[in-house]
Amino acid sequence: MAACEPTRTYLRCVSANRPLLSFVSVIRSDFANARPNTDLMTHNIDVSLINCIIFRGEPSAVIPRIAGPSFMTGKTLMHTQPAHTEVEPRCSAEALAEREQAFQAKIDADIKIEPKDWMPQAYRQSLVRQISQHAHSEIVGMLPEGNWLTRAPSLRRKLILLAKVQDEAGHGLYLYSAAETLGASREALIEALHAGQAKYSSIFNYPTLTWADVGAIGWLVDGAALINQIPLCRCSYGPYARAMRRICKEESFHQRQGYEIMLTLCRGTAAQKRMAQDALNRWWWPSLMMFGPPDAESSHTQQSMRWKIKRHTNDALRQKFIDQSVSQADYLGLTPPDPELKWNEQTGHYDFGTIDWSEFWRVLKGEGPCNRERIEARRRAYDEGRWVREAALVFGAKQTRRAPGTD
Amino acid sequence: MNQHQALYEYLLRLGDNALILGQRLTEWIGHAPALEEELGSANVALDLIGQARGWLAYAGTVEGAGRDEDTLALQRDILDFRNVLLVEQPNGHYGDTIARQYLFDAFHYPLLEALHGSSDQHIAAIAAKSCKEAGYHRRRSAEWMIRLGDGTTESHTKLQRSVDTLWPYTGELFTTDEIDRALQSSGVAADLTAVQQAWDEEVARTLKTATLQRPAAGWMQSGGKQGRHSEQLGYILAEMQFLPRAYPDAHW
Repeated sequence: MAACEPTRTYLRCVSANRPLLSFVSVIRSDFANARPNTDLMTHNIDVSLINCIIFRGEPSAVIPRIAGPSFMTGKTLMHTQPAHTEVEPRCSAEALAEREQAFQAKIDADIKIEPKDWMPQAYRQSLVRQISQHAHSEIVGMLPEGNWLTRAPSLRRKLILLAKVQDEAGHGLYLYSAAETLGASREALIEALHAGQAKYSSIFNYPTLTWADVGAIGWLVDGAALINQIPLCRCSYGPYARAMRRICKEESFHQRQGYEIMLTLCRGTAAQKRMAQDALNRWWWPSLMMFGPPDAESSHTQQSMRWKIKRHTNDALRQKFIDQSVSQADYLGLTPPDPELKWNEQTGHYDFGTIDWSEFWRVLKGEGPCNRERIEARRRAYDEGRWVREAALVFGAKQTRRAPGTD
Repeated sequence: MNQHQALYEYLLRLGDNALILGQRLTEWIGHAPALEEELGSANVALDLIGQARGWLAYAGTVEGAGRDEDTLALQRDILDFRNVLLVEQPNGHYGDTIARQYLFDAFHYPLLEALHGSSDQHIAAIAAKSCKEAGYHRRRSAEWMIRLGDGTTESHTKLQRSVDTLWPYTGELFTTDEIDRALQSSGVAADLTAVQQAWDEEVARTLKTATLQRPAAGWMQSGGKQGRHSEQLGYILAEMQFLPRAYPDAHW
């Protein structure tokens, strides 16, 4: 990131060469004091970075495609995809089959697919679905933890949590940008979410009742997300894979922060330990569900694996998570709420009890504790912010008209 | 009041301004008008709360009673808070938040710039770091003032109203009392007359560009710097201080 100042990057509205409203995150030295060994500089996000993720190459070498949020420039956010998303160029069935073969051959040879490459419509759709669901999850996921921002128990904890929630917004931004390389628009994706047509991770439909929930989310939810996401760093679609590499670095920091909160609670007073155990009780099973339905019932797994969008099955990842989390719980002195959890010498894994999949399907359908309020909160923010986005858009258009020598 | 007490009080004013405004901004997170604004608001809040830690930690040292930044932030009651009334005003809509932020930033930046030259080395050091951040804050909030003021008819009307509503809280930024005077003579505190002049020029320029009217001079609210607050602050503290107060023997 040679183009960036070491501690602060200011997003610029490239087209108007005007400093943009949002300047994006870096955690400063006071934060570093809290955890000196962590590479906090990875918390930098800026336009050239997003360009880097999407288009590869050095920031300076990249044509600035993202000229800030669309509401600032009056233009669609990304114009990367010559919209052959709606209509496939007309060609014979033979030619199409040949293209698909060539495409699959690239995938098999581990060559990344890039935005301008030809791809089957179903591959594109599958990616838009997955990337936008992931983006939505980051954004909705800001709410349960954001619920404790105003009540964090120390200033240091407040800063760490704030930086974490900010990271999630940043992840959402990368991911919407990656989805836009496939021809989707951020606005349309967000509207689909608000209309209840798009999914997001069901885990965020559970409430955060105590401070320990902030720790449990970091430890378990981010831990599960990380296991899900690490293989995506090798996903066949280049922009997604590059976004995920960045995201995984930050998620791993979040997980350690969450675990550290749990550790502090477990070494604290009886009341704190009670909070920690209660949080584990409530988040354990929903975390296991984050890996999706069992392989036999997963509708997307097979094709996604063939396309190398997905690299491991749901059940394999879930097992990995359980194996890792049981010993972590042990170290905390906490007990996962599963009496059947037992080490199996033969398999080299933990056996575990039956997951209540009816709960998973119920929450997915909208009948979880917080489904309504989460979507309602997002919708309200979007609706109540409309006049602000419109004002910026109108102002941008006025500026363009006022500028001498513009057409 | 001796120099020592005055210094403690002065540091509380600096720290509490940053803390309470930062706390207010965190209320937006997850609910901002656009993703970019989530990032921007969080950034400003991170800066301000970071600054508050610096000021309050130093205040604790000066006081010498064993209180650290967290004790001061999370275990003091309303009568002992020293922030200006402006920063504790509610978020309202985004225009209210932007107007509050801008009116404060336009004061905060020249204040910190002046404190950069304080005869107190700790103050000078914290101000040097904070000043850079405050410059970014002011640039961002001024940009929004201009966009909302000169945007749509709706945004213009809304923002003008925000400015009118918050204006009576700006007088307090520049009132001086015995604490300021005690510290100004020794070069520790900033000269608020000069800060006010910078603020006047800056605000006049931005309002003009934003096509907004400067409200007529009139009666001004005051009291926050001396610990007489609006009803708002009690609720902020109740929320912010809940955990340490509910579990006084716990470490987090």
